[in-house]
Amino acid sequence: MIHVLNPGLQTTVQDQGRIGYYEIGMPPSGAMDKYSYTIANLLVGNDENAAALEITYMGPTLEFRENTVIAVTGGEIPPKINGKPIPMWETVSVASGDQLSFDFVKQGARVYLAVAGGVDVPAIMESRSTYTLCGIGGFEGRALQQGDELRVGPVARESVRVGTRVPDALIPQFAKSHEIRVVIGLCSYRLTAESKQSFLSQEWTVTPEANRVGYRFKGERLGFVPREQPFGAGSNPSNVVDLGYPIGSIQVPDGVEPIALLNDAVTGGGYATIATVISADLNRMAQIKSNEKVRFVSVTLEEALQARSEVKDRIAHIKQAIAENGR
Amino acid sequence: MSENKSIISPVPGIFYRKPSPDKEVFVNEGDSVKAGDVIGLIEVMKNFYEIKAEADGIVERFCVENEDIVDAGQEVAVMK
Repeated sequence: MIHVLNPGLQTTVQDQGRIGYYEIGMPPSGAMDKYSYTIANLLVGNDENAAALEITYMGPTLEFRENTVIAVTGGEIPPKINGKPIPMWETVSVASGDQLSFDFVKQGARVYLAVAGGVDVPAIMESRSTYTLCGIGGFEGRALQQGDELRVGPVARESVRVGTRVPDALIPQFAKSHEIRVVIGLCSYRLTAESKQSFLSQEWTVTPEANRVGYRFKGERLGFVPREQPFGAGSNPSNVVDLGYPIGSIQVPDGVEPIALLNDAVTGGGYATIATVISADLNRMAQIKSNEKVRFVSVTLEEALQARSEVKDRIAHIKQAIAENGR
Repeated sequence: MSENKSIISPVPGIFYRKPSPDKEVFVNEGDSVKAGDVIGLIEVMKNFYEIKAEADGIVERFCVENEDIVDAGQEVAVMK
């Protein structure tokens, strides 16, 4: 059992996501930075889809009511046990009665706390991820609150030696300005040539609204090519006939403030999507804070797939290292 | 003389000195506050986070204006 003494700003139960219901309008939710989330689970010997806690900006204070092992990964929100710093990206043992708390965020925006056995909440549509807008999944469909009691699953799949650590080279670092790779499309034809250029050349500022639904960016206004309003499309030049929105797709309602749709976003609608963040960089998007700077870099689909396979290789490498040194 | 103490925002967002636009500010510079008193709000992720005084004291000054954007870890006020 884990007792929530203070919930932090927004702490939710997440796994790999509620996959397979996108066509009925159900977004996947799930961990925003899947790289960090997956590694946290590997470090405690869990299944890669075990439910963990996603912590945003400000950590919770939690009291463990059993002896177990944990791992904290992601951005840098330095964790402490009973007030003493503990390492991130490492298998750490905790004893019943220990209190886990966090310092102020140093870099990144989100950390993941995995506990051996996983957080035991009911699976809703095959996932334990919290979708707060609908109030389903996770712990009672909401972010954690003071006084919540989280049950821990019975056993981890494997046992990992305390002190097992991810090699430094595979620990991501997060700066305050970010390059995020995108594949241009599906509706980029709606932007003027100058605005297409401007989208990729300007430095965007992440607004305070940025959350699990989407990230909004401030910058110079973008313009759309004049056209006759097609049947079924809204009247604004940024409207098109409704389409499915890919996760990571970027729309620019009225040309003002691009929005990148993320894990908890609406699954379709009538705004032109001008580019899509590649899956490898969704992990890094999750670690961008409000007020930080982003440049979008255009890559081909082949480059995007290459980047995705590199992330998979890194995870496989860590899995191998844990199997060799952590048992 | 007690030392000056910073009040830090743990989260990034927009800083507000009032509970809502048509209300008075939570506290003025020079006011006495008790530990746990709200001195401002930070709007982030479409939520409001309360910035509280950590100890009894006097709010010497604010370091940011109402509706300024602040970073995580930024000093918003000084207490003495």
